[in-house]
Amino acid sequence: MAVCVAVIGKDNSPLYLSTTDMDKELELQYRVHAALDVIEEKCQVGVKGTPETKELYLGLLYATETHKIYGFVTNTKVKLILVIDSGNIALRENEVRAMFRNLHILYTDAVCNPFFLPGEQLISKKFDRAVQKLMSGNI
Amino acid sequence: MSEEIVFDCLHAEIVNYCLYGNKENDFSTLEYIGFTTGYRLIERMTRDVPRFKDELETIKFICTDFWTSIYKKQVDNLRTNNQGMYVVQDKAFRFLTRITPGEKQLEHAPKFVAFTCGLVRGALSNLGINSSVTAEVQCIPACKFHIEVSRA
Repeated sequence: MAVCVAVIGKDNSPLYLSTTDMDKELELQYRVHAALDVIEEKCQVGVKGTPETKELYLGLLYATETHKIYGFVTNTKVKLILVIDSGNIALRENEVRAMFRNLHILYTDAVCNPFFLPGEQLISKKFDRAVQKLMSGNI
Repeated sequence: MSEEIVFDCLHAEIVNYCLYGNKENDFSTLEYIGFTTGYRLIERMTRDVPRFKDELETIKFICTDFWTSIYKKQVDNLRTNNQGMYVVQDKAFRFLTRITPGEKQLEHAPKFVAFTCGLVRGALSNLGINSSVTAEVQCIPACKFHIEVSRA
């Protein structure tokens, strides 16, 4: 389903990045970084569309020929980004939403681990395994 | 009811442990434990909450939902000068309700509120509000928390 999952901290530092295809990792990282500008724009307060901005899920951020990039920002300003293959037309909006919800739950669980230091990179085998599962779509 | 006492006992033990020996007036460990707890807890608690509009809304969330989940009651009063100062009043603060009101007991009150100061500071910090939190106990079991938002 998804080809890349990224977690970006409140100061825009990368906390976690995982891809299905190692060869394309750099390219996907660029996609994720480009998405941060769009997220910032969408999260500005006092700009059009008040009901939408209240939701944590931001929807489609932008699309390229090969990928679609979706975003989600938690109340604590942590950004979750999913990169999905454009060829996957069967994937519906609410499925993406569900993926984000699951990812958010995984993230909060990881943060509640006493060995995780806030602001540090997220290194957790459990989180890693769960994200791999999420990306392959069998959750 | 029996489950709730466990948290009170644990808290009392942590206070004893942190202030044991010659660290009787050093609240930094307690404050730090509170900070990390608040930091992690708020991540979980704001999971299904819509995005906060402004600072006041965030503080209100702390006073209602956050407070309820820990102390089983809401705060009794919240006041602000709209310039980053907030005063939160709890007339029956959970960690103080089991202490007999009196002069001598009042001296020991600060150590039972240090954890909560850190808790609030940690929660706000994770929500993007840097603040300093101090507590004031004038009459057990009432307690006032002063939240001062630092704007940089």
